[in-house]
Amino acid sequence: MAQSPKKPAKSKKASSAKSAQSDAEFVLHSLQDAHEKSPRYDASEEEMMQFYEQMLLIRRFEEKAGQLYGLGLIGGFCHLYIGQEAVAIGLQSALDNDRDSVITGYRDHGHMLAYGIDPNVIMAELTGRQAGISKGKGGSMHMFSTEHKFYGGHGIVGAQVSLGGGLALAHKYKDDGGLCLAYFGDGAANQGQVYETFNMASLWQLPIVFVIENNGYAMGTAVKRSSAETEFHRRGTAFRIPGMDVNGMDVLEVRNAAEIAFKHVRENGGPVLIECNTYRYRGHSMSDPAKYRSREEVQEKRDHHDPIEGLKKTLIDGGKSEADLKAIDKAIRARVAEAADFSESSPEPEPQELYTDVLVENY
Amino acid sequence: MAVELKMPALSPTMEEGTLAKWLKQEGDLVQPGDIIAEIETDKATMEFEAIDEGTLGKILVEEGTENVAVGTVIAMLVGEGEEADDVPTPAAAAQANSTSDPAPGEGKDVGRDEPGGISAPEKPQSQPKSDPTIPEGTSFTSTSVREALRDGMAEEMRRDDRVFVMGEEVAEYQGAYKVTQGLLDEFGPKRVIDTPITEYGFAGIGTGAAMGGLRPIVEFMTFNFAMQAIDHIINSAAKTNYMSGGQMRCPVVFRGPNGAASRVGAQHSQNYGPWYASVPGLVVIAPYDAADAKGLMKAAIRSEDPVVFLENELVYGRSFDVPDLDDHVLPIGKARIMREGSDVTIVSYSIGVGLSLEAADELAGQGIDAEVIDLRTLRPLDTQTILDSLAKTNRLVIAEEGWPVCSIASEVIAVCMEQGFDHLDAPVLRVCNEDVPLPYAANLEKLALIDTPRIVEAVKKVCYKD
Repeated sequence: MAQSPKKPAKSKKASSAKSAQSDAEFVLHSLQDAHEKSPRYDASEEEMMQFYEQMLLIRRFEEKAGQLYGLGLIGGFCHLYIGQEAVAIGLQSALDNDRDSVITGYRDHGHMLAYGIDPNVIMAELTGRQAGISKGKGGSMHMFSTEHKFYGGHGIVGAQVSLGGGLALAHKYKDDGGLCLAYFGDGAANQGQVYETFNMASLWQLPIVFVIENNGYAMGTAVKRSSAETEFHRRGTAFRIPGMDVNGMDVLEVRNAAEIAFKHVRENGGPVLIECNTYRYRGHSMSDPAKYRSREEVQEKRDHHDPIEGLKKTLIDGGKSEADLKAIDKAIRARVAEAADFSESSPEPEPQELYTDVLVENY
Repeated sequence: MAVELKMPALSPTMEEGTLAKWLKQEGDLVQPGDIIAEIETDKATMEFEAIDEGTLGKILVEEGTENVAVGTVIAMLVGEGEEADDVPTPAAAAQANSTSDPAPGEGKDVGRDEPGGISAPEKPQSQPKSDPTIPEGTSFTSTSVREALRDGMAEEMRRDDRVFVMGEEVAEYQGAYKVTQGLLDEFGPKRVIDTPITEYGFAGIGTGAAMGGLRPIVEFMTFNFAMQAIDHIINSAAKTNYMSGGQMRCPVVFRGPNGAASRVGAQHSQNYGPWYASVPGLVVIAPYDAADAKGLMKAAIRSEDPVVFLENELVYGRSFDVPDLDDHVLPIGKARIMREGSDVTIVSYSIGVGLSLEAADELAGQGIDAEVIDLRTLRPLDTQTILDSLAKTNRLVIAEEGWPVCSIASEVIAVCMEQGFDHLDAPVLRVCNEDVPLPYAANLEKLALIDTPRIVEAVKKVCYKD
């Protein structure tokens, strides 16, 4: 059995006959074993080009958002996804968009772009304009697209996990064959409601994939300073939820894990927990000077583990030319500039919008 | 394309700063992530990172310059195949064509109103609907509040497949207070779901299921335990429709007994009406009798909005006449005049209504004709019914089984002051529980809770009859 270098093989303790029997049907490690056997998704060139384009769109969009924040056009909190692009693209590219749902926390721009939602309306939400996807009333952390079955965009750390459990319950109740992909961070992974949800999701065999985007820091607190068990993929063990430990800096590895996990869920195997080990290059939010880590650490990730550069190398090794990829970058820069322009020139919401959408009905 | 490098802000409130140091010089090659300059304010120093690749062109603000406004172009970054000298600096570009934007999406910000240009719009008002008239000749059946609530849920579950009940002991145990009795037998375990003791988690799951298109009824064994889940009720259920610009609805009913029970001590005895009624985005219902419990439960389940439905354990067993109608649905947001009177108005809700009616009977014997209003819905509050009654009686008392501070009583007093001042012949008084955690000892508990004599006493006071 292949073992990744950071996980030493654990010797199995002798167990009683009873637990040995129940462990026979306990598939805690089988998904990880399948993933390690062949960890990279065998993507076609067309798929890889699409992943490259989508990841680059997130990168450029977020850079632009950072710029606009710096210029005072975006207010409040703004959490950038730069560095983590492979996670959203690798997972969401494997979804069945006609039936599956997605929910995440406040670092949500990337997950929306991964759906192909118009960058204009996302950027216009960040600048608080009427044309924004939430009419300018949600902001960076509170964006939704029920059309795409994207259920937010939630600002309270960990809340999206139990809400995701509810979306999964709805899939099962309606028997629509869909699953819910619920993202949360290494920080949220210490919230109590996450484990309440693990328990019910496993008890009721809900179709849900829990994804921990472990970017190493909960705001300014490194994982090892906050977590007794830093191997987050093991955190479902007590609830009999199989875990997967995935390199979140490689879109093809993430996609591979998604294929295995989604298949398990769709075959009524119950929930799966995926830990995607990733890294955010920027601060927790725009107002974070990131003094809790060294510049060398960030630079090392950028130089040697960047998800976009990594895929670029794979593409070039496979015969793509630098010029082809440069052309994509140019087109994306133009697309993002257009979104920024749209977000700046769109009007703010009408004052009357203050009172709309508080309640749906009139009483 | 050349890129303008602009003075960044360290925070949304920063307006200017010092360009402390240039770490790259004109002509230097810049990679994304390279630090180009250091920016200082009185609070912090920030490293200014390059986002784009290129060659540093002209430096427009020298290092050491203080009070550089955020957004000022401090340098140009020249792209591949361009020469530094070919790139127009912003000043030159502005001269060449003052109306066009040389770099779209670079923060020109033309969509915002000028500060001071907005005036507050008028808040739209809506008129609550009246109760439907009960047809002549309708028969009535004496029903307990417990059964009326169950009947309301069962009727809606028959009517709409999306409606289901979840909570602790709701299915096999038939409900901790037997409100869900019989539902498991009729609707099966898919629609009547026993949860583990995990309020935060199942309130979130219920809320998420509503977002996903179902119509959950989430039972809390008592609302005291819902404090573990209050984040989902307020942050997830109440605010999502607004935050999504009306895209994402959350039609969930959170229900269960609320307020003091009997001898269960401080942690199990609290009225959350004022807590939830303070939150925009929620509907809060607290019925008293069985007909209202049924009619409003059905309305709550049909509502597109999240509803907090506050019941009362001490009232569950009381029986009232319920009309024998196929579909008895009452309007949300409409108070009910329980007893007409001309001398004074007693406003109450939930268990307080029973005490107020008793008080009115006793007052009648003393020559005081009291009108009793059951608010029924705490949010939106039917202020018109209160004010109309006040205009008639000119005196008002609020009876509330709950703490006095920041209560529904406080709110009703504020409404009377703001909108009914000219009609007042006496100060409005509130009769509430004592401002203490509810004690266990029988004598102390009795002292702490609202009762009929206290309502009678307050009414006589506002009628200047004491």
